[in-house]
Amino acid sequence: MSELPNPQLECVRVTKRFGHALVVDDLSFALYPGECLGVIGPNGAGKTTTVKMCLGLSEPDSGEINLFGLSMPSKAQAIKARIGVVSQFDTLDPDFDCVENLLVYGRYFGLSKQTIKERIPELLEFAALSNKAHSKPGELSGGMKRRLSLARALINDPQMLLLDEPTTGLDPQARHLMWERLQQLLAKGKSILLTTHFMDEAERLCDRLLVLDHGRKIAEGKPRDLIEIHVEPHVVEVYGADPQELLKGGLRNLAERVEVSGETVFFYTHAAHPLLQALELQPHLKVLHRPANLEDLFLKLTGRQMREGS
Amino acid sequence: MHAWPVFLRNLLVWRKLLIPSLVANIAEPLMWLLAFGYGMGALVGEVIYDGQTVRYLVYLASGSVCMSAMNAASFEALYSVFSRMHVQKTWDGILNTPLRIGDVLLGEMLWAAFKSFFAVTAILLVMLALGVSHSYKLLLVLPILFLVGVMFSCIGLIFTALAKGYDFFSYYFTLFLTPMMFLSGVFFPRDQLPNWLRVSSEWLPLTQAINLVRPLFLDQWPTKVFIPLLVIGIYALGAWFIALMLIRRRFKT
Repeated sequence: MSELPNPQLECVRVTKRFGHALVVDDLSFALYPGECLGVIGPNGAGKTTTVKMCLGLSEPDSGEINLFGLSMPSKAQAIKARIGVVSQFDTLDPDFDCVENLLVYGRYFGLSKQTIKERIPELLEFAALSNKAHSKPGELSGGMKRRLSLARALINDPQMLLLDEPTTGLDPQARHLMWERLQQLLAKGKSILLTTHFMDEAERLCDRLLVLDHGRKIAEGKPRDLIEIHVEPHVVEVYGADPQELLKGGLRNLAERVEVSGETVFFYTHAAHPLLQALELQPHLKVLHRPANLEDLFLKLTGRQMREGS
Repeated sequence: MHAWPVFLRNLLVWRKLLIPSLVANIAEPLMWLLAFGYGMGALVGEVIYDGQTVRYLVYLASGSVCMSAMNAASFEALYSVFSRMHVQKTWDGILNTPLRIGDVLLGEMLWAAFKSFFAVTAILLVMLALGVSHSYKLLLVLPILFLVGVMFSCIGLIFTALAKGYDFFSYYFTLFLTPMMFLSGVFFPRDQLPNWLRVSSEWLPLTQAINLVRPLFLDQWPTKVFIPLLVIGIYALGAWFIALMLIRRRFKT
């Protein structure tokens, strides 16, 4: 393997407490130029706190955070001039139309009006908002607002983007458009740190994933590799019978791992054939055979129980 | 100056809402002036101020313009700043840029002071048109009232930094601003007050502002300039640093 370039973002043994609660626990990771790193984990896993610390909005109790080789939060001003942020909730100015939102935001970076005005048309084009240039956020759909937030985060032509759940609450069309735009940015060489609850989003966009739970890193790697390492390749979902009754027979022995969630039994196995044959004897059952995906990995690593605030 | 884009942001919003904002800031103080100045003025006629007899209308006008500076700055520093900070999350967006929390607070403070300055300028013009006073010394009232606006913006921001919701501001208005309005000699000379209250009300921020402004309305120079300016300066600076400390604490997670 060739030598890795210097990371653009590096967290080294970062710990954060709120009172007695350990929110981020000895977390280390790095983001390399041009890479998309996804941070996934259940609610309360420490994703947003991690992003906030990377932005200098929250100070770690111990550990080190560096961006572009500069230390956060002591060099926060210089760092933030070079990054773009889309936070979990839109903070667009409701009194301004799209153009004014971009103009006003650009001024916070100390950019000249001239520079900003040159960038606005192409940013609106990028956000597919050219025909909404003079609409206010209140007149925009959820997807448009998120794309305006993304355009706003690009006003300073940042090298790196920090996106906190950028597609939460969007319909499928709007999500696909957002993904397509993020892929365009990656193709241009920007790096992205992304938190998400959507496994399809993580799998599609991210070169590497970081799985957090209770503030700790519990896995890290490429999405396909993670699935291969942690989860059996075949999943057979069975429902239509009482799970306890179903498992009384010899079915349990035909899979490496069995999980019950509500009325559904999940069989995880390297060889699905014997299991499927056995299931054919009970034609009243509904059976779904599919390859293992990121969601299986996620549930295996973080469990199926509901989390606080879910 | 890093705070400047924050000021410009508010200016751009305000330009869209100029007319209703002007009406709100000017109509009410003028109604007070007309109702009390002409209504009460007809009953009272004249009052004794600083050993001299003064037309009540002039007496009231000079006090109420200071009160308007206080009210305009306070409303902006409380309700409007709280909306941007807490409700609209405008600040959260700004804090993702190179601006620091202190820059944002300074921009908001200067904005509230400017808005107050704009309101009192308009009120003074109307007073000129009404012939309340024609002294060229009124020109000096403007920079003084700008300082008064700065002072009340800073004081108001302390309460904004502490607020959990809009309801909290009722305390500030009811327990602080309204009593001050009555104890600072806006409507009647403080000589009417019991001695202990007269002495202690001397140090209220609004009293000090009126001490500077009222003589100018009467075409006289204030007898004391240094002390009132110093007191206003101390209030403003003290309040600014308290507000800054509280807002940093509020945003520290």
